Amino acid sequence: MATATAFDVTAIRADFPILGTSVHGKPLVYLDNAATTQKPRAVIQALTDYYESSNANVHRGVHYLSGRATDLFEGARTRIGRFVGAANPKEIIFTRNATEGINLVAQAWGRSNVRAGDEVLISAMEHHSNIVPWQMLCAEQDATLRVIPMSDAGELDLDAFERLLTPRTRIVAVTALSNALGTVNPVEQMTKAAHAAGAIVLVDGAQAAYHMPVNVQALDCDFFVLTGHKVYGPTGIGILYGKAALLDAMPPWQGGGDMISSVTFERSTWNTLPYKFEAGTPDIAGVVGLGAAVDYVTAIGMDRIEAWERDLLAYGTQALLDVPGLRLIGTASRKASILSFVMDGIHPHDLGTIVDRGGVAIRTGHHCAQPVMERLGIPATARASLAMYNTPEEIDALVTALHRAREVFG
Amino acid sequence: MSELTDLYQEVILDHNRRPRNFRAIEHPSAAQEGYNPLCGDRLTLYVTVADGRIADVAFQGSGCAISKASASLMTEAIKGKTVEEARALFDQFHEMITSPPGSPLPEMGKLAVLSGVRDFPTRVKCAGLAWHTMKAAVSDRPAAPVTTE
Repeated sequence: MATATAFDVTAIRADFPILGTSVHGKPLVYLDNAATTQKPRAVIQALTDYYESSNANVHRGVHYLSGRATDLFEGARTRIGRFVGAANPKEIIFTRNATEGINLVAQAWGRSNVRAGDEVLISAMEHHSNIVPWQMLCAEQDATLRVIPMSDAGELDLDAFERLLTPRTRIVAVTALSNALGTVNPVEQMTKAAHAAGAIVLVDGAQAAYHMPVNVQALDCDFFVLTGHKVYGPTGIGILYGKAALLDAMPPWQGGGDMISSVTFERSTWNTLPYKFEAGTPDIAGVVGLGAAVDYVTAIGMDRIEAWERDLLAYGTQALLDVPGLRLIGTASRKASILSFVMDGIHPHDLGTIVDRGGVAIRTGHHCAQPVMERLGIPATARASLAMYNTPEEIDALVTALHRAREVFG
Repeated sequence: MSELTDLYQEVILDHNRRPRNFRAIEHPSAAQEGYNPLCGDRLTLYVTVADGRIADVAFQGSGCAISKASASLMTEAIKGKTVEEARALFDQFHEMITSPPGSPLPEMGKLAVLSGVRDFPTRVKCAGLAWHTMKAAVSDRPAAPVTTE
């Protein structure tokens, strides 16, 4: 592989304790990264260190530890903001995950900006998390949900997109990278078109964040969500990026401590950004862990990670196409290292069980994207999603396991 | 890998390739849908009950080998049985696929080929789908589509 000398995958793998473990007596081959990525020691250690030497509540006490915890928490916010290219850390709102970020926008922004007769535009390849919150909003506001169609290869129809943008379109919510198909969408170009039509844009970056460099200012999107556990961080922590002017104009979402500046029984006033949207004690350790995760990938370089994964994708695509009876699902010209496929005569769920016995973890099912499956006329796919620590040898292990499945099914 | 060949025995692969009673029944006593959201397995079970006996049973749908073979074997096993006998068989089958690995198995005849499922906890729902659907189909109250989640 072209980048093999520049990219020390062996050293990276050594940073991930779980990659040295076995499953069913076989070395673990973890190819389910689109569901969640594994955690480097630096992240695991950051969580332990935080609880062992810095644990206290943030933004409250005058005591030493509270100040220390607050510094760690806000320091992580600054670095995470830099990781996505935000202009100001106050534009980074901590959430539980990408789903919560989308729900926050759908409710806090949506309820005061989407009215009867308005339209919300999503795409045919959205994860359920970028469909259902908008459906709920549209039902509540008597607005209409429109869907940008896609081709059989899994590419959005951009002409149709332009036609679907009307003066009624209030927001376009689209994924930067399809979890089920691997398609990389031209979100920068789509954002331009949406803005020209007077709509704002939310980009679902849950998948993109661990595959490629992200810069929200270059994208010029209005909102961007990601989840920490897919970018080598802990579960239960994610971010919503929003342009400060939009966030400032929005009403709060959840009420409680930390999000207020003053409370009386008659009325309360809201805290400034980002705290207005962070009611209650946050997942402080999760934020610290996510900070360690972005430090880790930043030190390696997202551009180098992207290049390594591009080589893996090319190798994996060819290796899978060489398996008789295998059909790739998602063949867009611009793809990240996600390989969805079906095999003649073997249901994906059976494939998943058989390759699991070979130590290979893949996802099977509809990948929380049932409309994608329906559009392509298949009930489910098997999916190998590759991350920076995967190797060509692991793809070979998958291929061997797929041949085993063909033997079992005769 | 021996557990794999226990799971995917020849009988199961045969019923997957050539499912028995894989058809619709035109005027059934009940047509019940079953769905497993985890893997997308989906089937419709048709049952004709006459004088408390399952006179005919058939199914259609798509799913993994385990769910399809289980449905196919079930139709063979319950055809001609009374509704009460079919319910009792449901209980026995359920016990077989959920009992701890290594524990004694109930006497299940041909259905015993599905006992390997108990070594694969993530696949128990696949084997159980048709059976849960059948239980709903022969119940007195019409039910919403059965899901295994």
